[in-house]
Amino acid sequence: MIFENSKKASLILADGTVFEGKGFGAEGTVIGEIVFTTAMTGYQETLTDPSYCGQIVTQTFPLIGNYGVNEIDPESNGSVVSGYIVREYCEVPSNFRCEGELDGYLKRYGIIGIYDIDTRRLTRIIRESGVMNGAITAGDFDKEEILNKIRSYTVGRVVPKVSVKEKEFFPAENARFNVVLMDYGYKFNIRRELVNRGCNVTVMPCNSSAEEIKALNPDGIMLSNGPGDPTENTEAIAALRELIPAQIPTFGICLGHQLLALANGAKTEKLKYGHRGGNQPVKDIELDRTFITSQNHGYAVVADSVPESAGRVSHINGNDGTCEGVCYTNAPAFTVQFHPEACGGPKDTAYLFDRFIKLMEDWRIKNNAVKK
Amino acid sequence: MPLRSDIKKVLVIGSGPIVIGQAAEFDYAGTQACRALKQEGLEVVLINSNPATIMTDKHMADKIYIEPLTLDVVKRVIEIEKPDSVLSNLGGQTALTLSMQLAESGFLAEHGVKLLGSNPETIHKAEDRQAFKDTMEAIAQPCIPSKVVETVEDAMDFAEVIGYPVIVRPAFTLGGTGGGIAANKTELHEIATNGLRLSPITQVLIEKCISGWKEIEFEVIRDSKNNVITVCSMENFDPVGVHTGDSIVVAPAVTLADKEYQMLRTAAINIIQELKVEGGCNCQFALKPDSFEYAVIEVNPRVSRSSALASKATGYPIAKVAARIAVGYTLDEIINQVTGKTYACFEPALDYLVVKFPKWPFDKFVYAKKTLGTQMKATGEIMAIAPSFEAGMIKAVRSIELGMDTLTKKSFTELSDEEVLKKLEDVDVDRSFCVFEALKRGISMDKIHEITMIDKWFIAKLNNLVQLEKWLAEGELTQEKYDTAKKYCYLDSTIEHISGQKIRERRLAVYKMVDTCAAEFSADTPYFYNTFDRENEAAEFIEQHPTGRKKVIVFGSGPIRIGQGIEFDYCSVHCVWTLKEEGCEAVICNNNPETVSTDFDTGDRLYFDPLTREDVEALIATEKPYGCVVQFGGQTAIKLTKHLTDMGVRILGTSAADIDAAEDRELFDDLLEKCGIPRPKGETVFTAEQALKAANKLGYPVLLRPSYVLGGQNMIIAHCDSDVDEYMKIITATELENPVLIDKYMMGTEVEVDAICDGEDFLIPGIMEHIERAGVHSGDSISIYPARTLSEHIKRVIIDYTEKLAKALHVVGLVNIQYVVYNHEVYVIEVNPRSSRTVPYISKVTGVPMVDLATKIILGKKLKDMGYKSGLHPVGDYVAVKVPVFSFEKLHDVDNQLGPEMKSTGECLGIAKTFSEALLKGLIAAGYKLFDKGGVLISVKDSDKNDVIEIASRFEELGFKIYATGGTASVLNRNMIAANHVYRISEDKEPNVISMLESGEIQYVISTSETGRKPSLDSVRMRRKAVERSIACLTSIDTANALLDCLEMHKTVDDIELVDITKI
Repeated sequence: MIFENSKKASLILADGTVFEGKGFGAEGTVIGEIVFTTAMTGYQETLTDPSYCGQIVTQTFPLIGNYGVNEIDPESNGSVVSGYIVREYCEVPSNFRCEGELDGYLKRYGIIGIYDIDTRRLTRIIRESGVMNGAITAGDFDKEEILNKIRSYTVGRVVPKVSVKEKEFFPAENARFNVVLMDYGYKFNIRRELVNRGCNVTVMPCNSSAEEIKALNPDGIMLSNGPGDPTENTEAIAALRELIPAQIPTFGICLGHQLLALANGAKTEKLKYGHRGGNQPVKDIELDRTFITSQNHGYAVVADSVPESAGRVSHINGNDGTCEGVCYTNAPAFTVQFHPEACGGPKDTAYLFDRFIKLMEDWRIKNNAVKK
Repeated sequence: MPLRSDIKKVLVIGSGPIVIGQAAEFDYAGTQACRALKQEGLEVVLINSNPATIMTDKHMADKIYIEPLTLDVVKRVIEIEKPDSVLSNLGGQTALTLSMQLAESGFLAEHGVKLLGSNPETIHKAEDRQAFKDTMEAIAQPCIPSKVVETVEDAMDFAEVIGYPVIVRPAFTLGGTGGGIAANKTELHEIATNGLRLSPITQVLIEKCISGWKEIEFEVIRDSKNNVITVCSMENFDPVGVHTGDSIVVAPAVTLADKEYQMLRTAAINIIQELKVEGGCNCQFALKPDSFEYAVIEVNPRVSRSSALASKATGYPIAKVAARIAVGYTLDEIINQVTGKTYACFEPALDYLVVKFPKWPFDKFVYAKKTLGTQMKATGEIMAIAPSFEAGMIKAVRSIELGMDTLTKKSFTELSDEEVLKKLEDVDVDRSFCVFEALKRGISMDKIHEITMIDKWFIAKLNNLVQLEKWLAEGELTQEKYDTAKKYCYLDSTIEHISGQKIRERRLAVYKMVDTCAAEFSADTPYFYNTFDRENEAAEFIEQHPTGRKKVIVFGSGPIRIGQGIEFDYCSVHCVWTLKEEGCEAVICNNNPETVSTDFDTGDRLYFDPLTREDVEALIATEKPYGCVVQFGGQTAIKLTKHLTDMGVRILGTSAADIDAAEDRELFDDLLEKCGIPRPKGETVFTAEQALKAANKLGYPVLLRPSYVLGGQNMIIAHCDSDVDEYMKIITATELENPVLIDKYMMGTEVEVDAICDGEDFLIPGIMEHIERAGVHSGDSISIYPARTLSEHIKRVIIDYTEKLAKALHVVGLVNIQYVVYNHEVYVIEVNPRSSRTVPYISKVTGVPMVDLATKIILGKKLKDMGYKSGLHPVGDYVAVKVPVFSFEKLHDVDNQLGPEMKSTGECLGIAKTFSEALLKGLIAAGYKLFDKGGVLISVKDSDKNDVIEIASRFEELGFKIYATGGTASVLNRNMIAANHVYRISEDKEPNVISMLESGEIQYVISTSETGRKPSLDSVRMRRKAVERSIACLTSIDTANALLDCLEMHKTVDDIELVDITKI
């Protein structure tokens, strides 16, 4: 029984706080940046979201693993989170698509988990002090030694870790467009949304040059989500800057949104504890509508840093007013901080993919007219 | 968009009396709405026939009409008050239907009145079965194969097409009234006939039965800009087939992966956008457990029981937001009150699980069918907040007040394994307990799932509790075991009971906050629940918000049940408001999600937890209050008195010892003797033998009841030895902790008094007299204020006795006393040193704010200082008649004959210048129809035969045809009244009573019988038939007389002045 498990594990925070819990998933010690997500469903999508690379994820919803795991829902190949913190995990999941339970899944992907943690208390600490490094470790430990390691940890340049190394091609049935998907750690559903809308998708490594991309002669460029500090991706930013004059329809999500902003001379900042969950309200200024969005980011574009000559802020966060999207005027491009591809989370902003398709259509007509 | 400039004066329609399917949740919604509108500076006019509500309180609206909720009356109110708008979607089905009728008849347009909330087209699309189906088809939302029919023949034909079993759902009925599942032709014939009759538009839906699918609900809100959010998802423990009001419900949904969850969430959003609802909306889905297939079951374009639950479960005030949306605001403009920082346009994130558990009336109705189906039967519900489902269930079972502290039901432990297995097949109120018992017997989870179709997730969680209890029972009670049991919120007493060992070091609960955002933002709204973690957020909150004010905890009344209803919430809320006014910090503890008291901004802090000794102990340790108030929370709160006193907590108001003196039979007798006040003779017994002996000594009829009761639970009048036998058999079937009381039953006039006492002076706002003679429970009697037939001398005696009793019991605060006047003598029946059912209505009609005064008194003020003289308050200009309302249509096999056991679920009030006019209003409000001709069927017991002669002759005089059964007919005929003889059911001859009732020629039934509540009895079957045919059935000679008084006036409500009670 779950309550008779005696595998003691501890969660140590950089500020010295220690939580006693019980271990599940893989055994051992892991250090990472501790973040929390308030999403109540979609834990498998969370575990496989490359944007979490280098992070230990806390679920604020206390019951995780209820519907088990399957081979269809992952958003990347394998699991990317460094560690996993829950209040309670479900030993006997129930769902028609369930192929296994969470504990086994974490073991398979080598993710160190800890449960029986007062995740609300942990969340409140992070909320008050900001994201913090920490460690999960099984059994006994030397507190000073581990604290030294925790304090010296940085997420580092993680995009190359989660990006493809070689280009990959995904054809669509009755394809109408060729889209380059810049992989900074993309979630599979971005690709699915494009393929379902008749786009052949070429996934390109994060360090691809502007020339390589232009050589593919794409109808559009999709800039994916991804982990870490956006400013560290200097090569990618340079490539995007070079692409601006090419006037290729571009749609950016999350890290992609931040990189294009940086390429245009805007600034990014680290948020105190980020936005992670499936309930974030975002206002589309043009539509004067607020949508509920799925989010996972620790950095944001500084709203008033977007140069007027480049574009304007198109979306803002309903809670804290931070920049959630930019509409460019110097190129046929728009980007959003949140995740219109959902998975997990609400699909209310999937219309943005339609907008991207429309943008490519318009530009095709325009280009054809020019050619004639 | 901000407040619409074309709205200045709004009519809010309430939901009327509490009935099964439409209860306190609409007082909560209505109160929130009224407050929100007033905050916007709008003039609010309110109409609601229910006087026990907070929304009909003077400071909730500018004009308040406690009048019958009929179309004509609402039209008249609109003509008098000339509002520019009507709010349709916050008063339940009653308000929605009335709004639609007002709009469709063109009345609103004629008077230039706007309909706010849901427009007529939205209501039509959501409520009319065919229109709904067409709408859903248009946006590709799957519905269950179904067809709207208007005849039984069409129903039968369609059932052949889709195959049995089928579900019958009547259009426009409350809580699915008249619906049901038919497994074959015979059943369909019966259910469809009944359903067609009950539907006001003679329309039922015949639907393919999808029992076994998961039932999932979403609460959705939309504004005029088309912004939409889902506040909460909910999942039913019971699969489709059990009414959601009767199912254990958890929030959020737990067995759905993100893919299914988002699929249904998106569907809910598409539906509300298509229906163009502006405000709250509830979408119910059935989800096939083994695929992505789903179907829309129902959409309610209004606030509902589920939205009240969702509001309490998340902290998101749906009704308040819906009211603001109705007057023009959009979600992105309304501040989220909980965080104070974010806007209403977001979706709450939960970091706990909520378990809702229904409260059914079957502890009272022992002969009623306990099976569950599409027709709701619960009178109320509780909610438990916990970190896990297991802990939520443990908290829930002890909140529901069934005398249980785990899921073990005593009677199930005595069954054999085969019997348990067989019992699992019953879809009834004990199902969760039966699953628990089956798991204890080692019956496999798969087997249980196969039989019950309950999702394995729930079964596995219950199994965790079974395993935990086994573990506790084995070997030493280690710290690890104790901590684990506490994690699942077991009480210490339960742990000691299961383990058979003493706990060495007890742990008290700490508190976590409900903040709508899973701790993502810091919240300032103090709404807490207990857990067994280390951190105490409530203590932290208290420390960070020092006020230096006196802290007072008010204990609420738990779930709404027959005998303890919304009136106690009214009292608790008023107490809290007054405490705040008096400069105290008011803290509420309650567990009922439907009520105003559990709104997070009613008190200074809200604790949503069970009301047991240990839960309360943790609360006291955290709050360290100056004192506690127990006298406003009904018996639930009163029961805590002794525990609180033992903990050394100050009880504000009447002391524990004095409360005991009123409740303990012997102490009470001593007290009466000292005061020289007579009471009906009586004895205390434990066994059937003693009971028979006592009954014969006192002489029949006698009244039997267990001591410590509320709402006349298990109370009967016995006329002979066999009645006593039957009663004692039932009562001794469960453990007999307290003795049974036997009293001489005196059939006199029953009089009720509520008084406010400060230890020196006492104030009686009014003396109430019951129309029905003693023997009908006071809650089921028609009650008149001011008393009508009492002589000045009798009134003086009553005032004198009230004073003596109040002083002898050292009452500080409220006391309720029931008297019987028999042969010009006054006897005391009962004294309750607490608030009562009648407090709200007497406060409203006399203008004496009883709870406010009582609260100030328990804080030390005196009546004198507040400008009140000792004695009876002067009588006002109006007569008020309170008429009880029953939910017999929803409870099969319950005998509707009134007696000493309370059966009504709610009440209405009629206010007018004269008694008969007030009575007429009250009866109309309660749903009686006044016919001026037709037929009356009379069948009365021998002792009533004399009295019934005059009644029959009055009906005859009015032009009614009289029908009567054998004995009654011959008495009437001998007395020159032409009564047609009708046979009893058992006589097996035509015309018998059943065919008469079915003929449509009978408008009223007068039926009284000597014995029994057994559903098989002739008289009970006849009365049940009347209920089924919606024929008014009068089971007391006095009620019949009162009805005749009204009929003889030849008036309708239209002839009577409407009264704005704020002007009384």
